[in-house]
Amino acid sequence: MSGPIQFTCPLPLAVKDRIVLGHGSGGRLSAELLRDVFLPFFHSPILNRLDDQAVFEFRGARLAFTTDSFVVKPLFFRGGDIGSLAVYGTVNDLAMGGASPLYLSAGFILEEGLEIETLRRVAESMGRAADDIPVEIVTGDTKVVEKGSGDGVFINTTGIGLVPEGVRLSPALVRPGDLVLLSGPIGDHGIAILAEREGIQFSTDLASDSAPLHGLVAAMLAVSLDVRAMRDPTRGGLSSALNEIASRAGVGITIEESAIPVREEVRGACEMLGLDPLYVANEGKLVAFVAPHAAQSVLAAMRRHPQGHDATLIGAVTDTHPELVLLRTPFGTTRIVDMLPGDQLPRIC
Amino acid sequence: MCLAIPGQIVDAQEIDGLRFGTVRFGGITRQACLDFVPEAQCGDYVIVHVGFAISRVDAEEAQRTYQLLDQMEALEEEPGALEAELGKDGG
Amino acid sequence: MKYLDEYRDPALARRLVAEIRRSATRPWVLMEICGGQTHTLVKYGIEELIGERVELVHGPGCPVCVTPLEILDKAIAIASIPEVIFVSYGDMLRVPGSRSDLFRVKAGGGDVRIAYSPMDALRLARENPQRPVVFFAVGFETTAPANAMAVWQARREGLRNFSMLVSHVLVPPAIRLLLDSSANRVQGFIAPGHVCTVMGYEEYEELAARYKVPFVVGGFEPLDLLEAILLLVRQLEEGRAQVENQYVRSVNRTGNQAARQRMMEVFEVVDRNWRGIGPIAQSGYRLRPEYAAFDAEKVFGVEAISAPEPPECISALVLQGLKKPVDCPMFGTRCTPATPMGAPMVSSEGACAVYYQYRRHTAPAGAQA
Repeated sequence: MSGPIQFTCPLPLAVKDRIVLGHGSGGRLSAELLRDVFLPFFHSPILNRLDDQAVFEFRGARLAFTTDSFVVKPLFFRGGDIGSLAVYGTVNDLAMGGASPLYLSAGFILEEGLEIETLRRVAESMGRAADDIPVEIVTGDTKVVEKGSGDGVFINTTGIGLVPEGVRLSPALVRPGDLVLLSGPIGDHGIAILAEREGIQFSTDLASDSAPLHGLVAAMLAVSLDVRAMRDPTRGGLSSALNEIASRAGVGITIEESAIPVREEVRGACEMLGLDPLYVANEGKLVAFVAPHAAQSVLAAMRRHPQGHDATLIGAVTDTHPELVLLRTPFGTTRIVDMLPGDQLPRIC
Repeated sequence: MCLAIPGQIVDAQEIDGLRFGTVRFGGITRQACLDFVPEAQCGDYVIVHVGFAISRVDAEEAQRTYQLLDQMEALEEEPGALEAELGKDGG
Repeated sequence: MKYLDEYRDPALARRLVAEIRRSATRPWVLMEICGGQTHTLVKYGIEELIGERVELVHGPGCPVCVTPLEILDKAIAIASIPEVIFVSYGDMLRVPGSRSDLFRVKAGGGDVRIAYSPMDALRLARENPQRPVVFFAVGFETTAPANAMAVWQARREGLRNFSMLVSHVLVPPAIRLLLDSSANRVQGFIAPGHVCTVMGYEEYEELAARYKVPFVVGGFEPLDLLEAILLLVRQLEEGRAQVENQYVRSVNRTGNQAARQRMMEVFEVVDRNWRGIGPIAQSGYRLRPEYAAFDAEKVFGVEAISAPEPPECISALVLQGLKKPVDCPMFGTRCTPATPMGAPMVSSEGACAVYYQYRRHTAPAGAQA
């Protein structure tokens, strides 16, 4: 054969014309959907901040307002269930804005044929979770869809909370030099759920980390108001949370791979399936951006709290590579921690 | 291609005429087909790809390779360049 | 985790890096064929470490990338049939065919499911006797025994609702194609450790002797790869062209006999198209005639589907090691993992995708996203 081999290539697909599961993954597809479909029609400077919660002044008080929908399979999993998750998820979105939760709403979309006893267990779990926090579920709604149109139970919760005097948390406040704190090991929720997925099943004692974070946040803010921003790395994992902050704040973030705690169960599953724990979902962890002078005391406060017992310093904010998250490997090299286009898929190669 | 990782056989049994076993990977276990590694016993490590053990890890060879690596002398020449490379902040 | 952590030790890596730097007195071009090895090299930044004298180029060893367009179109056609349960390894779902991908088939109501193992597809077939269950059997030699076992077992159990869409490819014919090209610049190869776990490395001894190029069978952890690079550099510096086995803990010369036997009972060698490369003679497997009843192409009558691949990107040159992904004007702009223009951007193991994910901060400014 003479000359280079003529390799050829396919053309890309036409513009995405349908919703695929990746649009709900919290990665790049979700961001595109928001940018291309919703934001052009919803005219709000508060929404345009794209925080996990809307924070606004109302008659002298600063309120936080947020909504979240929960579609999890299976409904009951090791370490939690859709009911408690629906309460914690919204409470955590409020907490990431520094707010203590006041009231929740609960909307249910039920699939025809669902056993009432199942729904009773979900409701009981929600009630217990709300009592523990405490937060009141003050209004709600129920709709039923035909069999096959839903997956048993979908829940939406909306929450309203009060931001204490002097607390100001926003990605816009993050600046170079700030330190990045992580409240504990990553990936527990995503891997616990994956273990029960058809076609992938594996056995593990790992439980979801599903938990409320408002107490941890209050403990952190009690020692310093120089916490600049927080995120709970849910869908899309730690990577998405860091990339969101980097792009909103226009800063770079460098993290140390060896500093990021990962349990043996999560590691094993990720090695087997070819997944990266940085992209696996959490439901009871937070990542905080703290002014350097306050980092030690905030970290100590986190470690004194049960939800932050394993908190660590994982990295720092820099001005050298804006809007890029870099990870330093144990080999001293760096690589990009990107946002994924969609969900991580188990791979064979 | 070909993501395969080492895991330890916890137990073995016959299912539908094939040899299967529970294999431990870190903190999880998963069933894998052991039909291609008839020599592998409980406690052995096997390399597993898409639910099939494709080899038994040769513990002696693994140990020997590792010792060879471990005995390799750290180098005296060009330490500056190397350290600079290894300590480089890519940011 | 045992047999993983030891091979990621930074202190030992440093020693190997120093030894590679000391051993290489001239520039050498090495290729790792396997996408899994590319992933490790790029993820750990090993290219940054080993110095300018040793250049690593990334080969075509990603089954997801090289599965031809026409097979994807067949998969999409079968998965779109209402009663079919279509089962695939996860990373095939995003790969675009001519007009769609399996994710969009699923979004349109197709029953497309992800499995970790072909045995999961077999279980689905047992549990749903009234529905056809089709498994998408892609992969290199490593995956072939597993896929062979599934169809062998289906035949033994008389599972009439189970069939397989086979797109298996083989490594040595692709290496031969590269070495036959007058533009080839690869001087030494890291042979794929898991392919060799199944096949052994006798085929690579023939290649080494015929083309006078050294091969080292390498593992997948950073220390494995550094050691393989060191062994290749030493061979090249000493003018040797042999096959050496770095991945001794898993690979022996003749491979896994039980696995090879099951493969050969079920599959036979055939010409295959490679996406982005074109046809390569005797470079893949198909089901033997006695397994025709389990051949999804025949069962669903999709054998005639064909799809020409329009020329567009420089993947040809990337896969031959003549260009780096970042040399492509489309890299990171028109061509990204979300909108792949070519095979190496398609799978997370493809050379371009790996570069995009981990290394675009080292690309020239014009090529950045």
